[in-house]
Amino acid sequence: MAVVSVPKPSEESNSKVKTIGQTNTITLRISRSNPSEGQEAAFSEFQIPVQKWTTVLEAILYVKQNFDHSVAVRYSCRQASCGSCGMKINGKPALACYTKISELNSNVVTVEPMNNFPIIRDLAVDFKQLISNHKKMKPFIIREDSEVTPESKEFIQTPQDLEKFLQFSYCIKCGLCNSACPTMATDTSFIGPQGLAQAYRYVADNRDKGKDERLKIVDDSHGIWRCHFAGSCSQVCPKGVDPAMAIQLLRGYLLGFRK
Amino acid sequence: MRESIIMKIHYGTALGAVALVAVHILMRMSQKFSDSLQYQNVIANYHFLPYALMLEVLLVLLSVHGFNGLRVILLELKQGSTYEKMINYGSLAAMAILIAYGSRTILMAGMGVS
Repeated sequence: MAVVSVPKPSEESNSKVKTIGQTNTITLRISRSNPSEGQEAAFSEFQIPVQKWTTVLEAILYVKQNFDHSVAVRYSCRQASCGSCGMKINGKPALACYTKISELNSNVVTVEPMNNFPIIRDLAVDFKQLISNHKKMKPFIIREDSEVTPESKEFIQTPQDLEKFLQFSYCIKCGLCNSACPTMATDTSFIGPQGLAQAYRYVADNRDKGKDERLKIVDDSHGIWRCHFAGSCSQVCPKGVDPAMAIQLLRGYLLGFRK
Repeated sequence: MRESIIMKIHYGTALGAVALVAVHILMRMSQKFSDSLQYQNVIANYHFLPYALMLEVLLVLLSVHGFNGLRVILLELKQGSTYEKMINYGSLAAMAILIAYGSRTILMAGMGVS
């Protein structure tokens, strides 16, 4: 017979005290800039008390509450769902709400705005191009009978059909992949891994009939062929999406390997 | 021309060039390397029609592949419609000039004109 031992009330309270007691102090370096007023980037440093579970976003909000409320940062859900708080944390693009300071193994945490995006101010960047490229990919199911009528039936899809594109539908448009992309750093007209992965998401969906339209859009001099397959987009995605694979699979359609 | 067609040509010319360069190297290995570069031996290559034709095809493949590669690199470095047009037509012109000059060399050496 299995024996389950329940911790006594005194043991429970002891362990809680231990965890709460482990408060560290780290240095948070925040890149401050305001290009519209010609202000060049400079770092502001703050000493922040952190605990095991403190996230980078919480540290930034601590700065806003206690030291300098003018730090510009975009955030919303605090649970890696909205994709608002993307930034460069110790040189690597990541979501601030999804990165614990204790995981960084450093007493100095540097936060900077994402690369390959125009800076609005401090950590807030302009998403105009990402959203416009996303829209260009027609991110919706295209088919003539998509209007719901009394005679409409559901579009049948097997689990295997779903598996082909499911991971790509997890994209939260945080822009980390575009920020990590080396092609985007030089080619400002490049669609980017986010847009291309979204194009594949709909091309691979068997309910969709807009494959040719989308393939025409990505088959451009600044489209799918400019990807060098560095794979950094897939490495930084916080949702486990693999845009590099989507780009290769999409190329398969254009080269005639896939139908 | 659609970018996918250009890239198919790019990949195709790369594969073709690798195969023909392999033949070219194997031909050099049929004798001592220093001998293969002797004036008479080089001229003899151009007089042998199948080999001269292979060199001509190799010239076309490498020119097309190389200048398209350069075009792609330059398009990634800078953007703008005038610049891009200039790069596209410039690459085509450079490709044509190199092919014409190389063909002239093959033809002249083949006909024994020095």
